[in-house]
Amino acid sequence: MSEMAPNATIDIVVQQDQSVGPWKEAWRSFKKSKAALVGAGIVVFFVLLAILGPWITTEGINDQVLKDRLQPPSAEHWFGTDDFGRDIFSRIVHGARISLMVGFVSVIGSVVVGSVLGILAGYYGRWIDTIISRIFDIMLAFPSMLLAIAVVSVLGPSLQNALIAIAIINVPNFGRLIRSKVLSIKQEEYIASAKAIGMKDTRILFSHILPNSMTPVMVQGTLAIATAIIEAAALGFLGLGAQAPAPEWGKMLADARIYLINAPWTMIFPGLAIMLTVLGFNLMGDGLRDALDPKMKS
Amino acid sequence: MTEPLLKVKGLKKYFPIHRGMLGKVSGQVKAVDDVSFYVNKGETLGIVGESGCGKSTTGRMLMRLLEPTEGSIEFDGKLLSDLSKEEMRKARREIQMVFQDPYASLNPRHSIGKILEEPLIVHGIGDARERKKKVIEFLEIVGLSSYHAKRYPHQFSGGQRQRIGIARALMTNPKLIIADEPVSALDVSIQAQVLNLMQDLQKELKLTYIFIAHDLGVVRHISDRVGVMYLGKMVELADSESLYSNPLHPYSKALLSAVPVPDPNFTREQILIKGDIPSPSNPPTGCTFHTRCPFKMEICTKVVPVLTEVEKGHSVACHLYNEQGQQ
Repeated sequence: MSEMAPNATIDIVVQQDQSVGPWKEAWRSFKKSKAALVGAGIVVFFVLLAILGPWITTEGINDQVLKDRLQPPSAEHWFGTDDFGRDIFSRIVHGARISLMVGFVSVIGSVVVGSVLGILAGYYGRWIDTIISRIFDIMLAFPSMLLAIAVVSVLGPSLQNALIAIAIINVPNFGRLIRSKVLSIKQEEYIASAKAIGMKDTRILFSHILPNSMTPVMVQGTLAIATAIIEAAALGFLGLGAQAPAPEWGKMLADARIYLINAPWTMIFPGLAIMLTVLGFNLMGDGLRDALDPKMKS
Repeated sequence: MTEPLLKVKGLKKYFPIHRGMLGKVSGQVKAVDDVSFYVNKGETLGIVGESGCGKSTTGRMLMRLLEPTEGSIEFDGKLLSDLSKEEMRKARREIQMVFQDPYASLNPRHSIGKILEEPLIVHGIGDARERKKKVIEFLEIVGLSSYHAKRYPHQFSGGQRQRIGIARALMTNPKLIIADEPVSALDVSIQAQVLNLMQDLQKELKLTYIFIAHDLGVVRHISDRVGVMYLGKMVELADSESLYSNPLHPYSKALLSAVPVPDPNFTREQILIKGDIPSPSNPPTGCTFHTRCPFKMEICTKVVPVLTEVEKGHSVACHLYNEQGQQ
């Protein structure tokens, strides 16, 4: 059969690697960005801190040594102690676990719910789209923090409810993102060709539309983890999130307010921890955006 | 006498125009308006026309990627237009499509192997090993190599991608291939390669083609019969030879006179048609071409001309050629 198409010689594709998949390619360009690598490094550092916390710290997070109240940073207490004489370093290390958990879990929750709603709205359109989109519009009409506070006041203040509130307020962001992505991918010719081949709707949805709409979600998700961490800290600060004596960074900030002048370390270190984690996720998110979706680069 | 593989009767596609908050239907775009034709086994029917004339819409309706508003599609003795969604999905095994834009018609996240294997998976053909074998076989048939299976669409040129698109259409051993402007996105030199490949495949695999294009030269090269479409209607349908040597409809004449001839000394009378193609949401009364026709008569503004056979195998929808018009 090979002699049937004499013109069918192939120009050689100059490429060292035989199969450069889209993911490999993205990883290559991600590696090129120093800022993204720094961000990823910070994120990995905090993730390790959260996992290995109990083995790093020697003191318990709630061990009160009242004679050592408000001690400045020293060899014994790296970040000093707070007004109950608790070791701030230990508390920050354990706080990483809380903040990252809130960040990851709430964002995964909003991605899952947002994706389902967004796909339904985008793929099936018509009245389903109208209903879902209007609900998103209503939710986005409120400032997100206000909505979170409202949700927490209904459910009652606790870390778990703060997490749920943060997940809820992020749903419309992801839902809209996926809806618009699905709408544009639906028009692509490879979806028409998938139908022409004789594929079922579910297969088209899960093996063609979904994988192709995931990259902006990954970018947005990474950035949303940063926002979620800030929101959790803010709720903690307002007394609506984690409750004492949990070593939540926002709560620690709130408790440290009155010692601002006399013992600034009680405030600086939790603040720094929040700032660094958020910075890490933001840098990583920007790097991901550049690597996965060059068109979005501003 | 070969029998028709595909018979299309009175095919229509009207797109509603929604206006206002409640989406009230305020009008219709008549993208395809009462088109009938047949395709014989093993032949190639070319469909030409300028952009917006409904040729792609027709192609997509044949596969029911778009649901026809009206009309019947009979394929190999089965009425496609009556099949349920699921039955139609299965029937697509027999009819496949090659798309216009080889850059957009392949999923960028799937490797070529996966793209070619998918039609087999979807229709439950063969086990994993047989499928892999078939993928490689078809890659070679369209002039690519087995190692290309691991690569991704962005690593190929336009011509290579279109070969992949053709291979994908062939995977399920279809009887009919609808090619929707398969070469118009390609370089001229590559166009010839792909067209030759399609012709070779047709002979080898006994395929029937519906070849949609706006390039008359390309259509002439590949088609046995050619249909000319204008504003959603088939205005002329004839054997390729007779259409190119003796076009009857004024629109076909104008189209053919616009085809460049590769001879610098060649002079000819060009038939120029004035004005733009009218909007299909508000088509002219009578013959849709009367607003631009140099031979317009009174009857043309009132009566819609019917596609009638004026010579053997040569049909035209024009009042110039029927009795009423000749009076």
